[in-house]
Amino acid sequence: MFDLDRWQEIFQTIRKNKLRTVLSGFTIAFAILLFTLLFGVGNGLKNTFAKKFSGDSQNSVYIRAGKTTKPFKGLQSGRRIQFKNDDIKFINENFEDDIQYFSPNIERFGVTAIYKGEQNNYTVRGVYPDYQPLESAEMQDGRFLSYLDLKNRAKVIVIGRMVEKDLFGARHALGKEINLEGISYSVIGVFTDPGGDNDERYIYTPFTTAQGIYRKSGAIDRFGLTFNPKYSTDQAIAFTTKLTKELKDKHNVHPRDQAAIRVQNYAEGTKAVNGFMFGLNFIIMFIGIGTLIAGIIGISNIMVYIVKERTKELGIRKALGATPKSIVGMIMMESIFITTLSGYAGLVLGTSILKLLTPTLEDYFILNPTVQTSVVVGATIMLIIAGTIAGYLPAKRAARIKPIVALRDE
Amino acid sequence: MIQIKNLHKSYPIGKDSLHVLKGLNLHIKEGEFVSIMGSSGSGKSTLLNIVGLLDTHDKGDYFLDGQKIENLDEKKAAILRNKFLGFVFQSFNLINYKTALENVALPLYYKGMGRKERQKIALEYLDKVGLKDWAKHLPNELSGGQKQRVAIARALVTKPKVVLADEPTGALDSTTTDSVMELLKEINDEGMTVFVITHEEEVAAQTKRIVRLKDGQIISDELTNNLNK
Repeated sequence: MFDLDRWQEIFQTIRKNKLRTVLSGFTIAFAILLFTLLFGVGNGLKNTFAKKFSGDSQNSVYIRAGKTTKPFKGLQSGRRIQFKNDDIKFINENFEDDIQYFSPNIERFGVTAIYKGEQNNYTVRGVYPDYQPLESAEMQDGRFLSYLDLKNRAKVIVIGRMVEKDLFGARHALGKEINLEGISYSVIGVFTDPGGDNDERYIYTPFTTAQGIYRKSGAIDRFGLTFNPKYSTDQAIAFTTKLTKELKDKHNVHPRDQAAIRVQNYAEGTKAVNGFMFGLNFIIMFIGIGTLIAGIIGISNIMVYIVKERTKELGIRKALGATPKSIVGMIMMESIFITTLSGYAGLVLGTSILKLLTPTLEDYFILNPTVQTSVVVGATIMLIIAGTIAGYLPAKRAARIKPIVALRDE
Repeated sequence: MIQIKNLHKSYPIGKDSLHVLKGLNLHIKEGEFVSIMGSSGSGKSTLLNIVGLLDTHDKGDYFLDGQKIENLDEKKAAILRNKFLGFVFQSFNLINYKTALENVALPLYYKGMGRKERQKIALEYLDKVGLKDWAKHLPNELSGGQKQRVAIARALVTKPKVVLADEPTGALDSTTTDSVMELLKEINDEGMTVFVITHEEEVAAQTKRIVRLKDGQIISDELTNNLNK
């Protein structure tokens, strides 16, 4: 296959016919450039979505209570529904198989935290140890809350990375004491959260500790849980529907009262996002493949033109003893060489542009716009195939040209 | 060398067909210097194309160097052309982006010869036609006569059995015509069979045998008095 003489012949043809080479190379390079940019930007959009929804577990469910809006069983509307500790037991006993992690939640907003003269306001949450996987929080220092802390109503807190940064600057918070509204808590852990800075401005304390201080009546603000990860989206939605219905029954809420008990299921959001991603993927694929096809048609046209232009030359070569096979081989190798090389150039140019524009694109919801290796390899293979097809048909025709026709004086 | 028996050729023109060669008989022996004369439409170019394996005949027999030519596919024809025939055309037909040397070396490339050897032999033949110093020049830097001499060198480089020249002087003035004919004569003197097609009496007069064609038939076939020179 590798024939130095043949390659020298091809290189000479390419070198001596620059316009023609540039013309066909440009078509392919431009098609691949567009293809790469499109895929990169599409991937960037996908990354943005993925990040936006990675702040919490994909299978998390939050349950809140509010005021009734419909009278039911002789009870008037406008009644405030309040979750109590017996709801913890109720949910856990009735939905044991459906639930993976579970935590009741007490929220206190605008709590002033003080450490040696530095102070700031944060939201304090009283939670179970299970709350860590629910929020996808990861420990940077120390540990998360334990059941022992819960049992002992320990005055301990786990703070977000930004809280540590605000109050301690570059120093470590672990083991230090922070004052929250007059009560001193020791820091047992610092966490990070993929959801971003805002999710790292929370302070977690044991549920029992928080309830004892902020909700002496035994009230609970909300529940967070994750459903069984083996569930499909539809199973998950069925589970939350059942959960909502039973909670409404228990609290004497009208079945169609949407405000009194609200269940927020990320599965529904995930379903919508997945649908959207699928659509986005489809559009990207469609336009990407369209661009490639346009490029292939472009190169084919140019190849037809080139062969026409070279009719006389090919006729001379045939008169001098070139076999049809060697004519086909020459034109095809030229075509494949140009498409592969210029396709690669387009690819490199496209990825460089993407790299260069990455910081700017972040402002337009396009995050880390890269092209996967598999796509790169796929596009390159497609190019080589395209180059082969684009070269083959005109080459075949060229090989059939009778030398007398080609050499006839015009 | 070339033996033609009752050769017929017609071209389809729409639904009709044009009968161009109507039963030619011709025998050219090795070392002859033959010219085919005839006005345009007499069938001389068709004859050359068939002899040159650039076209096929319909009826009759054609033997080239004792080998019967029939059912040739493109590949076989290409190999035979490369081995037995050298072409010289009216419009030179040099490849314009290749230098004189590369043009001369091209038939050797198709013969499968190595690069170094190719260039060496090509240079020898350029020297033979007096253009050694022009080896690195492109065709458009050469005069008409020089181009035709490059073309002749290219026709000779594979050491063919027959050189076929189609109006080799048609695009040249009378001085260069003479020098090109002189060159063809020299080649013939070295024993090469040379087959020239022309419509110029002066050109034909410099060959050793003149075959006149009219309406697809040979009307005369005579030796000239150059034979003894």
